[in-house]
Amino acid sequence: MREQDKSTRRKFLGLAGGAAVLGAVPIVTLRPSEATPAMLAAAIRNVVGEAVVRTGKIKLDVPPLVENGNTVPMTVSVSNPMTPDDYVKSIHVFNEKNPQPNIGNFYLGPRAGRAQVSTRIRLADSQKIVAIARLSDDSFWSASVDVVVTLAACTEEVI
Amino acid sequence: MVSALINVPAKAKRGEIIEIKTLMSHVMETGYRHTADGEVVPRNIITGFACRYNGVEIFRADLFPAIAANPFITFSAVATESGKFDFEWIGDNGFAETASASISVE
Amino acid sequence: MKAAGTIAVAALLIAADIAASPLSATEIPQGERRSGYSFMSPDTKAMQNDDTANPGMLWVRDGEVQWNTRSGAAGKACADCHNDARASMTGVAARYPAFDRELGRPVNLEQRINLCRARHQQATALPYESRELLALTAFVAQQSRGVGIEAGTDPQLEPFIARGRELFMQRQGQLNLGCTNCHDDNWDKRLAGSAITQAQPTGYPLYRLEWQSLGSLQRRLRSCITGIRAQPYDYGAPELVELELYLMSRAQGMPIETPAVRP
Repeated sequence: MREQDKSTRRKFLGLAGGAAVLGAVPIVTLRPSEATPAMLAAAIRNVVGEAVVRTGKIKLDVPPLVENGNTVPMTVSVSNPMTPDDYVKSIHVFNEKNPQPNIGNFYLGPRAGRAQVSTRIRLADSQKIVAIARLSDDSFWSASVDVVVTLAACTEEVI
Repeated sequence: MVSALINVPAKAKRGEIIEIKTLMSHVMETGYRHTADGEVVPRNIITGFACRYNGVEIFRADLFPAIAANPFITFSAVATESGKFDFEWIGDNGFAETASASISVE
Repeated sequence: MKAAGTIAVAALLIAADIAASPLSATEIPQGERRSGYSFMSPDTKAMQNDDTANPGMLWVRDGEVQWNTRSGAAGKACADCHNDARASMTGVAARYPAFDRELGRPVNLEQRINLCRARHQQATALPYESRELLALTAFVAQQSRGVGIEAGTDPQLEPFIARGRELFMQRQGQLNLGCTNCHDDNWDKRLAGSAITQAQPTGYPLYRLEWQSLGSLQRRLRSCITGIRAQPYDYGAPELVELELYLMSRAQGMPIETPAVRP
């Protein structure tokens, strides 16, 4: 687990650093409009660095009231072309109240055709989910949804 | 017994965007559960997934404990040529599984 | 945490005098019978509908491999006697639990598989809830998908169905609840945020989101019984088989959905 975290962090810092060097992002950091718990903010900063994160383009599809927090279907899509010059590089999904802020990172490219990924996630509590897309021009776009979870992710043992 | 369920259309037209569905058997033990004796059940998850289309990586994912058991990942690809999709899952405790599916593109 | 929730709500039920009322034993009228499927959210239904996305299919696939694998001292695979399961196993799960002549009592599908292993393959029994047994059971039961349940029509099963009904109706445990109190009298209401279903076992073995795994009807029954704070019967106990038998006969005519998905 440590190894994974280290290499991921290194990769992200590398990406963030690279983005800053390219000068494709403004120097000023905009604070997100809603207050988010520190871990979530830190995880997002790991990916985004000091770049501006705009809202829009990306859409999170999660049922507003979840039947069971152990298996929640989630679809994230970005309305952006997927051409060799203009495409979605990656999508990063975060949560607010699970023990860990990361849910998944998905790396795409022009060969994906469509920037849309579906999976099933675990949610430990009613909380906010945030998805951030990184485009080929290294701009970041985010969306968030609030999900109500009545049966939290806490698997019963075989009895 | 490990099994993967892959769904790739057998045929597609050149340039068509196809949907690829993958389902892999895995408990995705979070590392946050405890036994009746209070011991932590160690983390055991799939950490990475990749898809190669005729050898070229077209999709990759980092998975965390927040991904539900038996990870289901659906994504898209542009059908450019006939050939093979190779899928790879890696994870804790040396977990490594592969699967593949062929496609014929006209 | 879930158990605490159940106790709290049950306490409310008791306070509201619902649980204390005499047993109404009102069986659900035929026309009002509904599968657990109908109580689910659209997303969960979608998971069950799509064989390429239904996690239960992972076990069905494993089961198919097992069906064709030689096992035991006799060196036979299920396929050696039963050939293609798609043909030979259609309708089988729909009439289980069934009467076993040698034992003189009903056995469920899992027990039938183990009996076959012992009698015809000279193989050891697969442990209850093991991946192997679940996979084989799921594979066999899936061959009956869409077939109407017929279990319980054999006259030899009558005394066992009666005992199963008794077990379903009796109050038990610290909460003094009988299965019927929720599943006959209060279905479609909610308990701690979840819908109370009619307890029609149309899709077993099924993938339960709470378990994040495929599991048997007996696992579900043991969870339920623990949930009302009673001592659950052991896997394979005659009481559980009788309960299964009663539940299946109560669901006669409803189509099998294995492998179902439930929250």
